[in-house]
Amino acid sequence: MSFSNEQMTRYSRHIILKEIGVKGQKRLMEGRVLIIGAGGLGSPAALYLAAAGVGVIGIADADEVDLSNLQRQIIHTTADIGRPKVQSAREKMEAINPDIKVNAYQTLAVADNILDLITDYDFVIDGSDNFPAKFLINDACVIARKPFSHAGIIRFQGQLMTYVPGKGPCYRCVFDNPPPPDAVPTCRQAGVIGAMGGVIGSLQAMEAVKYLAGAGELLTGFLLTYDALEMKFRKVKLPDKAGGCAVCGEHPAITKPFDYAPAVCNIEP
Amino acid sequence: MILTVAGTKKEYPPDLTVTKLLEAEKVEMPMYVTVSLNDEFLKREEFDDTLLKENDSVEFLYFMGGGF
Ligand SMILES: [Zn+2]
Repeated sequence: MSFSNEQMTRYSRHIILKEIGVKGQKRLMEGRVLIIGAGGLGSPAALYLAAAGVGVIGIADADEVDLSNLQRQIIHTTADIGRPKVQSAREKMEAINPDIKVNAYQTLAVADNILDLITDYDFVIDGSDNFPAKFLINDACVIARKPFSHAGIIRFQGQLMTYVPGKGPCYRCVFDNPPPPDAVPTCRQAGVIGAMGGVIGSLQAMEAVKYLAGAGELLTGFLLTYDALEMKFRKVKLPDKAGGCAVCGEHPAITKPFDYAPAVCNIEP
Repeated sequence: MILTVAGTKKEYPPDLTVTKLLEAEKVEMPMYVTVSLNDEFLKREEFDDTLLKENDSVEFLYFMGGGF
């Protein structure tokens, strides 16, 4: 692949970095990233990866844009209300960068489709908003040996970790099972500061870019936590993988993806 | 007894179990918190019986579900 003049200009701020260069940019342009969820985390991740020239970006989400999304889901605009999120997202991504290919999947990620969804991609970004989906994505990525970035955000807090097969613990090593529905706030009643999606979703995009370009150290074996009220980041070292982990352990009980019952949000929006 | 809890060194009373430390640190919903002790995951069933000792390092890892 040789670069056009336009590409040389478009990606000049990447190419000039010694950790990226022509080689790294080429790897980005040949890279394939799947983003699950076109919401608070997925929006900034999708915009930055499109701008970075990642060759093929998949985006999966079943929902339509709602007025209450716009406080944080910055890929969607007021005019998009009622439209499928993946369609709205694809338009913005292609408008930023006509160089890339966007695959829009208007579907919920479930046990029946998750392996098909992730199979063609090099890296997966978990931008889902519930524990059943987070465990499903983890299990599928461990089983299919796909690197992925996990993240969660709530109120003024966010955290993320990166899983790479054979390196460090998976999400289930850290949290062996989802909490019972409603035990831990996950739903809309808890609230979240809009810019939190920007901080953490951009960090997920950063992990994808570094993975594809082969630059620097990934967040494997660490959980990066961010507290916006105290303005404190912590890179918490995680233990090596749990030997008894049900999916990545030596004798895994989980050998194919399965669905947990969806969490019920029992408080009115 | 000096412990490092969530990256901060502090003085704690002796004979402290992990369960008591979770209480002392006012950790919300401790039954859903993952604890690592000296860089090893600790099973939830072990919280009650695990006595902390001088210079132990404890991390609390919290569920965070949203992606919104
Ligand atoms: Zn594991």
